[in-house]
Amino acid sequence: MPVETWLTFILGFMILGSIIALEIRDILSSIVAIGVVGLGVSVAFLFLQAPDLAIVQFLFEIFALIILVRAFVKKDYHIETPARVNGFIVAISLLVLIAVFVSSVSVFKLLPPFGQPLFETSRHYVTHGTQETGAVNLVTAIILDYRAYDTLGEVTVLFTAILGTITILRIRKGKDAGRKGT
Amino acid sequence: MNNPKQGMTLIVKTVTRVTVWLIVLYGIYLILHGHLTPGGGFGGGVILALAFLNIMLAYGRETTQKWLNIKFLEDIEAVSATLFLFMGLLGIALGGHFLINFLPKGSPHSLLSAGNIPILNVLIGVKVAMSLFLVVWVLAGLHEEEGGQS
Repeated sequence: MPVETWLTFILGFMILGSIIALEIRDILSSIVAIGVVGLGVSVAFLFLQAPDLAIVQFLFEIFALIILVRAFVKKDYHIETPARVNGFIVAISLLVLIAVFVSSVSVFKLLPPFGQPLFETSRHYVTHGTQETGAVNLVTAIILDYRAYDTLGEVTVLFTAILGTITILRIRKGKDAGRKGT
Repeated sequence: MNNPKQGMTLIVKTVTRVTVWLIVLYGIYLILHGHLTPGGGFGGGVILALAFLNIMLAYGRETTQKWLNIKFLEDIEAVSATLFLFMGLLGIALGGHFLINFLPKGSPHSLLSAGNIPILNVLIGVKVAMSLFLVVWVLAGLHEEEGGQS
């Protein structure tokens, strides 16, 4: 079977998982269903022959799952409010969605075949990447040589994130201590 | 060292004591072979962070605080981010462009090849591991403090 067929299966699986995550009552089951979506993304990357991304996606899914379970399962953070569904609005949205899909079917035929065309930049990376950087893994060659500036930005984002987290939570701790003292 | 009241059961602690080193080893392998096999600094860093997290979940917060110097981890994180920037400035000095690959390329498929890509990989790996672990550490600390107060 071609890759697109498998991808369609995985996509359906992910949509099913997200619907279950939205609709189910139990919060632990909901978190597990979110994990199914992330696992689907990871498998999709494997089918698209991108093991680097698959590894990172898989690990981050585990990471996010641990944080979510630790943060939400013991506490009663979720307050169930009865959902008010307006049938009229739902029907109109569904009709609009179906109309957009039907009217865009003719565009799908104009799309180029999957994975084509290969851009000139990508072709240069594929043909000259190993010679120019010496790295056999082309993904690493791109993110740490051709596009190292982007990676520097990513490092800055992570650094700012941890800086902000620690700063905000320390302020909170100081306030709590002051309240105890008075 | 082993406070039975904290963390999970003895079974989890014993298994963690053996497997956490394998996890750390795999993370280091992924980081060092980032330019040869799939993986790289980011994936390896997340694995290292998960290994620390494994210790924290299994042994509890206070025991982990005795083993790991959290202030030192924050320092390592900041230093690795600064060293990344320093490598870029070194590229201006030695090669003429920011973050240029100024070291000799070596032969492909060998561990010491690809110029400064392995160095940057190690820096990113350490940086990602420390920051992800610290985010969870700080957030979990807040969670437990709130739980203790109520």
